[in-house]
Amino acid sequence: MTVAATSIGTPGDLVSATASDSALRRFLHGLPGVDQVGAEARVGNLATRSIKAEAKRWALDLAVRTIDLTTLEGADTPGKVRSLCAKAIQPDPDDRTCQSVAAVCVYPDLVAVASQALAGSGVAVASVATAFPSGRARLDVKLTDVAGAVEAGADEIDMVVDRGAFLAGRYGEVLDEIRQVKGACGPAHLKVILETGELATLDNVRRASWLAMAGGADFIKTSTGKVTPAATLPVALVMLEAVRDFADLTGTEVGVKVAGGIRSAKDALRYLVVVHETAGAEWLRPERFRFGASSLLNDVLMQRAKQRTGRYHSPDRVTID
Amino acid sequence: MVRRPAARPVRGGERLEVRKTYKLYVGGAFPRSESGRSYEVLDGRGRLLANAARASRKDARDAVVAARKAGPAWSGATAYNRGQVLYRVAEVLEGRADQFAAEVATAEGLTAARARRAVEATVDRWVWYAGWADKFAQVGGSANPVAGPYFNFSVPEPTGVVAVLAPQGSSLLGLCSVLAPVMVGGNSCVVVASEARPLPAVTLAEVLATSDVPGGTVNVLTGRTAELAPVLADHLDVNGLDLTGVAGDAALAADLEARAAENTKRLHRAPGAEPDWTAAPDGPHRILTWCETKTVWHPVGT
Repeated sequence: MTVAATSIGTPGDLVSATASDSALRRFLHGLPGVDQVGAEARVGNLATRSIKAEAKRWALDLAVRTIDLTTLEGADTPGKVRSLCAKAIQPDPDDRTCQSVAAVCVYPDLVAVASQALAGSGVAVASVATAFPSGRARLDVKLTDVAGAVEAGADEIDMVVDRGAFLAGRYGEVLDEIRQVKGACGPAHLKVILETGELATLDNVRRASWLAMAGGADFIKTSTGKVTPAATLPVALVMLEAVRDFADLTGTEVGVKVAGGIRSAKDALRYLVVVHETAGAEWLRPERFRFGASSLLNDVLMQRAKQRTGRYHSPDRVTID
Repeated sequence: MVRRPAARPVRGGERLEVRKTYKLYVGGAFPRSESGRSYEVLDGRGRLLANAARASRKDARDAVVAARKAGPAWSGATAYNRGQVLYRVAEVLEGRADQFAAEVATAEGLTAARARRAVEATVDRWVWYAGWADKFAQVGGSANPVAGPYFNFSVPEPTGVVAVLAPQGSSLLGLCSVLAPVMVGGNSCVVVASEARPLPAVTLAEVLATSDVPGGTVNVLTGRTAELAPVLADHLDVNGLDLTGVAGDAALAADLEARAAENTKRLHRAPGAEPDWTAAPDGPHRILTWCETKTVWHPVGT
């Protein structure tokens, strides 16, 4: 299952791989294939891990701290974003020990609102950009989109890769686009959305992960949340293996963000187990791992309350976002 | 699950009896307890009848989740439609009267004739409550006189998820007498069947599953009442608690009432002893116990 760094090559190989289109293709197609049945069996096995008591409390707190609280709807308003920001800063009004979430993720036009509402709170502002969610726009439009979001105060940019180009095998084009967006980000962190639901195979997920990391991604992210299937455990496993191998090869630690379809605390704990068992404990922090979610936070808060009070909680007692 | 008799040599023409596994009824499906536990159910004379699933804390939690999820479908159905569905329950139950009579007779140690009468009374009770579905709102609601140019109406609405501790003695008639009024009002519910006599409740679940009652509207748990009741009484997403099943145990009832107070659940208090279920219900009181009163003001038109 695991890919030893030696099978990928040396840091020099990665540099030379990005030198030309044909070298890049050779490198990506030379990556070891993913055994899909093995990946599913591995995550299936990890999903049965029992997390109880103290470990569960710790994991639930970590889940809160790693959430990018997200609202990406056409009907979003400044008021909704402000109330989401208030929740991001103080997720559980009944429990002052509950820490803030990692970031609030919005569309570029609402970055200024979020940035103002979160000023001084330590919660980052993330913005999707580059013609999210399809990524189908001219490159100059995408770069303007990114620059506008950064200027408005975004600390993190979630870009979508051009799946059309990737699936057609125009890897050089995708790499170039990621690099240019990275340049436009300036000080902001770049998360590259692979949209694994459209990549069809785990081999493609592995290739796209390496491509994004070679392009300078600070994070690789599973999905936009607008396509089904969104995040799945096997996909997360493959991406976590990729960041682990990339760190072994280059010394650069890239983060992973899983987004879309993660609604229950139980699911979140399963992802945390896979992170721990694949990339290692050093990935279990907001700088290296994120959940992109909206309804997940409420379920985690309800589970925290259950741990605290011993009573099963009610959705009536958490906010409707 | 079921303990089988010692294997006998099977000769020509003889066949082995296929026995039923008594499971839970949660979200329209019949799962075993997530805990894998079961317990022995004895007949009226102390002989082994079957093993029933012994539901756990987590089964109770899952049942509440299923009930909450089913809420909108059942409470959103028209009163007329709910009445039809409950009448359908009576029809299907009537068709399986022989099976129920046999189960009630063994469970409660009754004669065949008395068990038969209990089943008939049960069918009649469903029909009686089915009739109330589009009528109790007229009795429990009102048009209130107010000093202003407004209509003012009070109407009963379902409270939400009701946890029902079914009577310990009357395994079918008693169970249906407490279950039907919860359903009539549009609530969804989690029923903890009689601890010692749970089998008719599981068979009733099969009736409900085939009577157009939306899955999850009724969830049936079998197991230890003293284990499950505190979990349901504590649960903040349960809106009502029927303590009929702990009749006579004042200490447990008091403890459950105190737990239920945390989120001000609607409560049907435990009677001192189990009532005589053959008596006709005293009007729609039980239905209205599980309803909230909503009052609306409406301007009088010209």
